[in-house]
Amino acid sequence: MAKIRKSEKKEMPALNTASLPDIIFMLLFFFMTVTSMKEVTYKVRFTPPEATELQKLEKKSLVRYIYIGTPTEEFRKVYGSETRIQLDDAFADVSQIEDFIVRERESMDEDEKNLMTVSIKADKDTRMGIIADLKQALRRAYALKISYAAVQRTSY
Amino acid sequence: MAKKKVPEINASSMADISFLLLIFFLVTTSMAVDKGLSRRLPQPLPPDMKLEDTETKIKDRDIFVVKINSMNQLLVEGKEMNVRELREAAKEFIENPANDENLPVKTQEEIEGLGLVEYTKDHVISVQNDVDTQYQAYLEVQNELVAAYNELRNDYAMTRFGKSYQELDEDTQKAIQKMYPQKISEAEPKNYGGNK
Repeated sequence: MAKIRKSEKKEMPALNTASLPDIIFMLLFFFMTVTSMKEVTYKVRFTPPEATELQKLEKKSLVRYIYIGTPTEEFRKVYGSETRIQLDDAFADVSQIEDFIVRERESMDEDEKNLMTVSIKADKDTRMGIIADLKQALRRAYALKISYAAVQRTSY
Repeated sequence: MAKKKVPEINASSMADISFLLLIFFLVTTSMAVDKGLSRRLPQPLPPDMKLEDTETKIKDRDIFVVKINSMNQLLVEGKEMNVRELREAAKEFIENPANDENLPVKTQEEIEGLGLVEYTKDHVISVQNDVDTQYQAYLEVQNELVAAYNELRNDYAMTRFGKSYQELDEDTQKAIQKMYPQKISEAEPKNYGGNK
């Protein structure tokens, strides 16, 4: 007669975790490739304006950023609370933009030079005067492809 | 001699290490893709050219003037307007569906891929803003104008091809772009009594 054997304290087999590191590494590499490090430390504070007809900026290597906003708390004492322009890691003046564009263009590949896009990341409360000056400087530097950074509007 | 067995390396902490790295990358990076409203600036003027020379003769009916003042109020073709009504107004101007005398002239032209079409070839939208206009207000106007063009292109693609503009192939998109060319001109900044 078949006997229902009372298990003599069968131990649970150890779970094989040998592939766990591989899986985690895969995830790690995925995140490493798809994400980008913050390109600069912001010295100005800005909240992007809202819009609906947005386009993605395609190639990161072709994009140069110009930040416009009020200086952050720690720079208030030195620079005041007037709207300022930030290029790379430093505050800049409108007159420096042409040089900046020329310099950046120099460092690009020959065939990519005219594909350069300048992304203007400006605070939504900025006055148009400074942006008009900026656009004139960009025109003089022949950086004609621009993009006004904005966030998708969710509601009116 | 008995072959000495190489002791196995304990790899159980590997998972922890890679978890740590994973979490580090998750925290420090941002997935946010950069998005923006793409525009193209006009060519710079030759330095010896005067500002007046650029204002070529455009017929009054072909031009759609949008002015934004320092209080972010809109004046469209001499009338006050809310920014939410701008899209429809711009669409009507660009399309001129009723062949109105005061809206831009329609010309018939052969466009490759579309055949003979009637469209407002010479229309121009002119945006003028004040030095004190808020950036958000300016961008909203730009956004509505771009949206007007996008909607017109999409409507045309829908009625003509039964597909949305995005689904069409590149050549057809180019042809439709030619029919609805984005002509948003921005006035050369003028300094109204400034002290520069």
